Amino acid sequence: MSDLEAFRKETRAWLETNCPPEMRDGAGGEENICWGGRNWTFQSDAQKAWLDLMAQKGWTVPAWPKEYGGGGLSKDEVKILKVEMRKLKCRSPLESFGIWMLGPALLKYGTHEQKAHFLPPIARGEIRWCQGYSEPNAGSDLASLQCKCEDKGDHWLVNGQKIWTSYADASDWIFVLVRTDSKAKKHDGISFILVDMSSPGVSTKPIKLISGKSPFCETFFDDVKVPKEHSSGVSAVVGTLNRGWDVAKYLLTHEREMIGGGGGGLLGGRGIGEMAVQQIGVDENGRLADPILRGKVAQAEIDGWAFLLTMERMKDEAKAGAGQNAGMGAKSSMLKYYGTEFNKRRFELFMDCGGSESLEWEGERTEDGKLARGWLRTKANSIEGGTSEVQLNIISKRILGLPDA
Amino acid sequence: MALILTEEQEMLKESARGFLDEKAPVAALRKLRDERSEDGFSRELWKDMADMGWAGILVDEEHGGSGFGFVGAGVLAEEMGRTLSASPFLSTSVLAATALKKFASDAMKGEYLPKISTGDILMAVAVDEGRKHAPAQTAMAAEKSGNGFKLSGSKSFVADGHVADKLIVAARTAGAPGEEAGLTLFLVDRKAKGVEVERTIMVDSRNAARLDFDGVDVTGDDVIGEVDNGFAALEGVLSAGRAGLAAEMSGSAQAAFEMTTGYLKERKQFGQVIGAFQALQHRAAHLYCEIELMKSATLKALQELDNAFGMAGVTCSLAKAKAGEVAKLAALEAVQMHGGIGMTDEYDIGLYLKRIRVAQEMFGDTAYHADRLARMRGY
Repeated sequence: MSDLEAFRKETRAWLETNCPPEMRDGAGGEENICWGGRNWTFQSDAQKAWLDLMAQKGWTVPAWPKEYGGGGLSKDEVKILKVEMRKLKCRSPLESFGIWMLGPALLKYGTHEQKAHFLPPIARGEIRWCQGYSEPNAGSDLASLQCKCEDKGDHWLVNGQKIWTSYADASDWIFVLVRTDSKAKKHDGISFILVDMSSPGVSTKPIKLISGKSPFCETFFDDVKVPKEHSSGVSAVVGTLNRGWDVAKYLLTHEREMIGGGGGGLLGGRGIGEMAVQQIGVDENGRLADPILRGKVAQAEIDGWAFLLTMERMKDEAKAGAGQNAGMGAKSSMLKYYGTEFNKRRFELFMDCGGSESLEWEGERTEDGKLARGWLRTKANSIEGGTSEVQLNIISKRILGLPDA
Repeated sequence: MALILTEEQEMLKESARGFLDEKAPVAALRKLRDERSEDGFSRELWKDMADMGWAGILVDEEHGGSGFGFVGAGVLAEEMGRTLSASPFLSTSVLAATALKKFASDAMKGEYLPKISTGDILMAVAVDEGRKHAPAQTAMAAEKSGNGFKLSGSKSFVADGHVADKLIVAARTAGAPGEEAGLTLFLVDRKAKGVEVERTIMVDSRNAARLDFDGVDVTGDDVIGEVDNGFAALEGVLSAGRAGLAAEMSGSAQAAFEMTTGYLKERKQFGQVIGAFQALQHRAAHLYCEIELMKSATLKALQELDNAFGMAGVTCSLAKAKAGEVAKLAALEAVQMHGGIGMTDEYDIGLYLKRIRVAQEMFGDTAYHADRLARMRGY
């Protein structure tokens, strides 16, 4: 038996023994996610037990090094763990911006001290992070951000406002892009800094969206003092001072892959065709009763499938070290653009299939308009993390080599 | 299995590109067209391709082939699509080779596969009868006659039909048009009594023919696969053809796209290169994404043909549907973004537009395959 096969067997046995039955329902909806953090209220004892057991193994962040709270697994082992979890319908023990975003940034740009200080609490679900990027006047043109960060000797002084900070009102810490040099060119005076949300002067205000939900906040910094070092040797700034744009770009690439991937990943669930048959019905030949909708559904499924295969190919190319021509960086813009536009198209079709029932906003029958709210949520897909138009600009310039105007 | 080419396949691709750029650039197709070549391809070039193992790319080594499999065949089709290279590759080396290799008797394999590999025999597959691809609608009659059958009816849009030595013909031994059951595949000599061939000059300057059969005698030995149960074999052959065409279109679309982005970087209007205009940039970037999707679907279909031939029909339909739509978009955008020069015969882009239109139609257009996938998916 190969080492990987042995690992698969062990993993499966461990999951079978340790994953509580309540956590084996395959539930993946946003409402079932365990986000962790100081203010987190566990939805059940099983949710807490599952998080603790997985964290002890380092499997909340299986690919991170063991010394920083991870599992130290190889890519192949991570894949096996995911497959086995899916087979047993295990819920994800923990999700967070710390895992998705800050962790990868620290692993690439952080010092050993920063990693040792910040990563293990993320892995254990003790500290919940949020991301402070956009500002009211810095959306698509993110690099024009103005949130000011002044050097006051033993501390930084932060003043300004961030917007679209996901779950800022429930988070413990924030990683923020701030302007540390106002005289430099716009990309060159930005730094990436870590701030405790409980610091005096930090406040948040939820933004109510068209879906009726408020996943995003405005976050205000009024004379917020951030120590230069959060602990001995643990700098508040990640990477080089004034080179925060490098970190931000790296993370945006990550985010794009995630958002793009989300659009495709959902495709693995209920197909559009399946939903259409259930809601519209078929004619005597077994064809969807609405022929024009049938054509649209089929076209969408073709594109969705081809998109999934493209994600697979991009991953395989990256793994094989191919595709150096453009680099995965710019290619993530393709995944982001196509995946989010596709997801919007998919939800438009869901709404078409659901007809008037899909328009119900309240009531048990529709779980308070779950579909309608989901449909509205997808409209942000092609805005957040860089709009579709920004992605097309990136593809034009970085992949196709077309010139600036 | 990783969705990328192996090292060996990459090498094949590289050598194919070098060879085709030198020996079969777009100018070669133009020459065939302008000289009104009788064959519609260069026999000398085909001999060279056979010598390199291309004619027998799907044929196993024991029958003299190079045994590269469907991904290898797709790599060649894609490269040929880049230069619009005319050859009997699709008809003989993909369609006929698949029919023989997967469904024919050992005797038939032993007789024909080696000749395919050496380039000494050309074959064509005759399926369609009407304007649109509809294999189950096959009406051509194969009536029992003594120990054999008599074929009567007509076929259209038969690639290389006028140059093929042998024809693989789908005919009805039972049932009625519209039914999948009752079809049988026959191997027929093009020069057999009762076969009439009319070469049809097509918009893409590539080979096609209409065939008429008037009581053509065939025997049980000429059957490929099973009598009355030929539909599965036909679908297998068509799957290979669809994936091959998808690969070819992928190559043509990529070449057209590269010409277009090249033009965007060099053509100046309003005092700057037109590629600096966002209206064009965004269209080009969108097309880039679509082309990537086409490449993924095509490679997957080819891999499935190699790994699970009998199950590959659905991905081959995906690839044909996606490639047809994307290659068309690439051709249309190419002409529009080139502006006036794209409308001239002298410029190559029009040749891409024409070939893509034909490849798009052959063995089912996007609508045909979208419908097929919908049926397979239960709606």
